[in-house]
Amino acid sequence: MIEAEGLGRGYGEVQALESLDLSVPEGTVCALLGPNGAGKTTAIRILATLLAPDTGTARICGYDVATQGAQVRRRIGLAGQHAAVDEALTGRDNLFILGLMHHLGRRAARARAAELLQRFDLEAAADRPVKGWSGGMRRRLDLIASLIAEPPVLFLDEPTTGLDPHSRDEIHSAVAELTRSGTTVLLTTQYLEEADRLADNLMVIDSGREIAQGTPEELKDLIGARVEVVLPSDEQISQAEQALTALGGDDVAVQEHRVSATVKAGSLTLPELVRHLDELGITLQDTGIRRPTLDEVFLNLTRSTR
Amino acid sequence: MRDALPAAERLLTSVIRNPAFILVLVTAPIVLVLIFGFIFGGAIALPGESSGGQTYREFLLPGLLVMTASNIVPSMVSAAKENHSGLTDRFRSLPISRAAVPAGSALATLVYGVISFSIMMICGLVVGWRIRGSLADTLLAMLILLLFQFSASWIGMYLGYLFDDEETAGQAAILAIPPGMVSNVFVPTESMPAWLGTIAAWNPLSSVAAALRELFGNPSAPTGGAWPLENPVTASLIWTLGLLAVFVPLCTLRYARAGR
Repeated sequence: MIEAEGLGRGYGEVQALESLDLSVPEGTVCALLGPNGAGKTTAIRILATLLAPDTGTARICGYDVATQGAQVRRRIGLAGQHAAVDEALTGRDNLFILGLMHHLGRRAARARAAELLQRFDLEAAADRPVKGWSGGMRRRLDLIASLIAEPPVLFLDEPTTGLDPHSRDEIHSAVAELTRSGTTVLLTTQYLEEADRLADNLMVIDSGREIAQGTPEELKDLIGARVEVVLPSDEQISQAEQALTALGGDDVAVQEHRVSATVKAGSLTLPELVRHLDELGITLQDTGIRRPTLDEVFLNLTRSTR
Repeated sequence: MRDALPAAERLLTSVIRNPAFILVLVTAPIVLVLIFGFIFGGAIALPGESSGGQTYREFLLPGLLVMTASNIVPSMVSAAKENHSGLTDRFRSLPISRAAVPAGSALATLVYGVISFSIMMICGLVVGWRIRGSLADTLLAMLILLLFQFSASWIGMYLGYLFDDEETAGQAAILAIPPGMVSNVFVPTESMPAWLGTIAAWNPLSSVAAALRELFGNPSAPTGGAWPLENPVTASLIWTLGLLAVFVPLCTLRYARAGR
């Protein structure tokens, strides 16, 4: 549904996007992950026909974003970082006017507005001007404003940045609900937990370049698992260090009575670890093998390019 | 063009929800007529008149209508503001013509225009302004006025998209004053130094004001032989259509490429 090859775009001296390849199959959610200034928004703006790429091509539902903009715009919805709704209007008016702009006709536009307000739980505030709404509610309105024409492809540019956890949760449920109905979604985010929860596929970008991609699990596997051994005293620390190295551990670190190391994902099970240490006569107070969080993956991946 | 109507409806709906705006829309014409009519009116006598007052107010009212029509500041500020919010991005990602939103704003401005012109004219009638022309001439005068306002709002929007920032647009508002002053809107151009008088004569505001005075049958200022003032109706039409021909494409292009 979304295909991009070699997308690049600069602003004067700054190369916001280097060369991005992207493929999002129909009905899946892809998350573009990256620190501020990584090029996420530039990518979305190019795909949504708001910005022309300097290099590369992109197709949405088979239509070229550079030459078939009108066809593309008929098939996309865009919700941005800042809630793009008219503050002077009520929530219902906002959706109604957008419905008219989508040529729904007055009656259908009214019905669609009412339906969306109800489905996303904004009915109570619907007839108050948006300027009095909370940030989370505005963002939800912005999200549903992009759904008026039921676009098959949806771009969400940092849909939850700056929201409190509760509002973030509401946006997450809304997005999850959309993907159940088969919408293809490309979202950008700085929150890894969000990508983990919503996306089928992740692409980590930094400085306008892809640095990794895959499912959340695959990305976690990239940096392996962290083994941690807690000893009752510092007597056996060096033995424990040797034991972990022997098991293929890297990056061995010692902190008080705690020895930790990184091992390849899936290379070591907890019973194996305990048995091995026991055989060496090392007394354990506590031990564990922990999958990395996506935050660790992210920091690990983006650190290397800095 | 069909897509412009929802865009206009959006602005009009937001006005209906904003009582303060309505208050300003209604009181501004009244205040202008009273201030300029009685402050300038007491001091300025038209050439050939012994004193100002009544005659000046009859001369002034078409000028005030033109002054109001030429006010590009609201279009400029709201275009700059919208460009800055994400709203423009949303509209530009919709499957509608990229001229639709600016066209809708210009249409909405026209609606405010009809309201403020009507109030201003009623207020003018109260203080001594009269329509002495025929019905056809009066309607033509209204048409020219609205057309002029329509073209002015495209200029305003173009500048607003260009500045791309509400603050700058607000600061630039001061620059909207001189065109009204260097014209025959408030005073006849003949008392100006020759070079300034020539600029004033070729100022579109002067043509439109002179056209309105001619069509309403109000006292007019000496033309000094300048062609646009000798043929104000033709000159006004050429000016407004010319401005539209330049600024509609410029503004649409600017809007379509906003944020690039």
